Amino acid sequence: MSAITLNRAAGTEKPRKEKKGAAESSHWGSPVTYFIALVFIAVCLAPVLYIVIGGFRSNSQITSSPAGWPSPWQFDNYASVLTSSTFWLEIGNSAIAGLTTTVGVVVLGVMVSFVIARYEFKGRGAMYSLFAAGLMFPMTVAITPLYILVKDIGLMNNLAGVILPQIAFALPTTVIILVPFLKAIPDEIEEAASIDGASRLGFFFRMVVPLSVPGVVTVGILAFIASWNSYLLPLFILNDQSTFTLPLGVQAFASQYSVDTAKVLAFTSLSMIPALIFFTIFERRIVGGLTGAVKG
Amino acid sequence: MTDQQPPQGTQTAGGVARSAASPAEPRPRRRATDWRKRLEITVLSGPAIIVFVGFVIFPVALAAYYGFFRWKGFGPPLDFVGLGNYLVIFKDTAFHEVLIHNGIIVVLSLVIQGPVAIVLALLLNRKIRGRSIIRVLIFVPYVISEVIVGVGWSLMLQTSGAVNDLLQSIGLGFLKADWLSDPGIAIWSLMIIISWKYIGFAVILFLAGLQSIPEELFEAAAIDGASYWQIQRRITLPLLGPTIRIWAFLSIIGSLQLFDLVYIIWGQYIASTAGVSTMATYMVANGRTSGNYGYGNAVAVVMFLISLVIALVYQRFVLRRDMAGAVTERQK
Repeated sequence: MSAITLNRAAGTEKPRKEKKGAAESSHWGSPVTYFIALVFIAVCLAPVLYIVIGGFRSNSQITSSPAGWPSPWQFDNYASVLTSSTFWLEIGNSAIAGLTTTVGVVVLGVMVSFVIARYEFKGRGAMYSLFAAGLMFPMTVAITPLYILVKDIGLMNNLAGVILPQIAFALPTTVIILVPFLKAIPDEIEEAASIDGASRLGFFFRMVVPLSVPGVVTVGILAFIASWNSYLLPLFILNDQSTFTLPLGVQAFASQYSVDTAKVLAFTSLSMIPALIFFTIFERRIVGGLTGAVKG
Repeated sequence: MTDQQPPQGTQTAGGVARSAASPAEPRPRRRATDWRKRLEITVLSGPAIIVFVGFVIFPVALAAYYGFFRWKGFGPPLDFVGLGNYLVIFKDTAFHEVLIHNGIIVVLSLVIQGPVAIVLALLLNRKIRGRSIIRVLIFVPYVISEVIVGVGWSLMLQTSGAVNDLLQSIGLGFLKADWLSDPGIAIWSLMIIISWKYIGFAVILFLAGLQSIPEELFEAAAIDGASYWQIQRRITLPLLGPTIRIWAFLSIIGSLQLFDLVYIIWGQYIASTAGVSTMATYMVANGRTSGNYGYGNAVAVVMFLISLVIALVYQRFVLRRDMAGAVTERQK
């Protein structure tokens, strides 16, 4: 089965490439397409640019003409944010929380998805349903008892109190994405591996882990971005300024300096840069992974 | 065991003997591999299950339990009130308003984002230059955090903010409005922000769905003389169906749970007067913020049940075909 689909996929790849040159010029709609695409991009980017450019203005410029262009350009807002220790501390906290969550989700997710995808046993369906049902439990519903639970095990104002629940809540999506991915590895490969004397676990480490990299990267990126942007959970768990992650920091900064709009804009735009860089690097993997997940 | 085999083989003709012997012989070996398999299953799936049950299932169960108590959040809950909290919720007019807001958000999200995203995905799926850059750029709003979106948009939408200033300067001054606190307008401002933030996700999802449709289908249709729009309507849209239905599902659940944007832009108290409060902001405002943890948990349970019923109905009637295909595909 899978071998056939692989062949078919490989077969369609070739004509597509050959056709490219001819098709590109012959579409009548191209200018319209470009125009609509440009308008859409402008709509998507305008608010972001407002934040970034606003950071280069002074408060008096912003008050006198809220939608204006910086004249002259002010760099002190960005400079003062970049030299503040709070900003870097919060970046650090967000990075620790994000990376640990990602590693946790990936390791636990791949292991359990492998079991669901490639072992035959009673309760396999139940295990899949357990995680699939997790999609029904958004963190919002469980936030109050989660807060009490974290408080009871002494992880308040501790990044671990954010990381563990984040791993748990990212597992359902991870399993849903990875199980079809691991199932799609052709049985022939596993048979070949076992003929060559590899055990189930040998197969897991030698074949499954490398082959599942695209799916894993997708899952990892989704988990990282979710953690980087997460607001509700840190809002409940982290009350101490020194443990704030960036979203809490941005909000605290915005209310603390509510009069200093320019500085708020500078802080806000600097805090979105890491996520944007991260996404730009991995964009292809994300889209590729989504395609894989939807195809099932 | 080996001395049992020959008599059996001699007694009856080949067929029966083989079927009796073959399950007997490999049994000890299978038991060893059984143990090994069980150990592997436990070791590989154990950690994930422990973390998941501990931090997802257990808190949800706790929420259901605490929901029956009047409880201030410390010490064991003792003041059992049965369904008291739930009666208060259903009688509270503020909760009725919240339900209406959530309903509006669910419907408008689908109606606004769906068609626009489908058209955009169809356009962007054509072979145009710079497609990969376009894809990165339209995903930007989705990638940046709710807090940044909230802070940025609330500055822009202030009465003396950039949006009103811009409208004034391009001669549309009569459209100036109090975007955030006028109860008739605030929910539309929220919808603009939500659409802006999440439409990129829909487009990317649809684009991915479009790319999984085999090229041959379009070629065959084109050879048969179908026009571009005919192809989109008769082939692309039906084949994109599963992706659209999954997106709609995610969108509905997301709209029901909406919290961050509203809480950040409108704060905990202004949200209800501006007409944008949601079930989740109601839960936090009346639960944790006012110290009534029992009540907050009851609200969470109601919110969960509403989402669950909607999700089950949707799965039963809309997603069923897609799901059945996805799950049973490999079972031969």
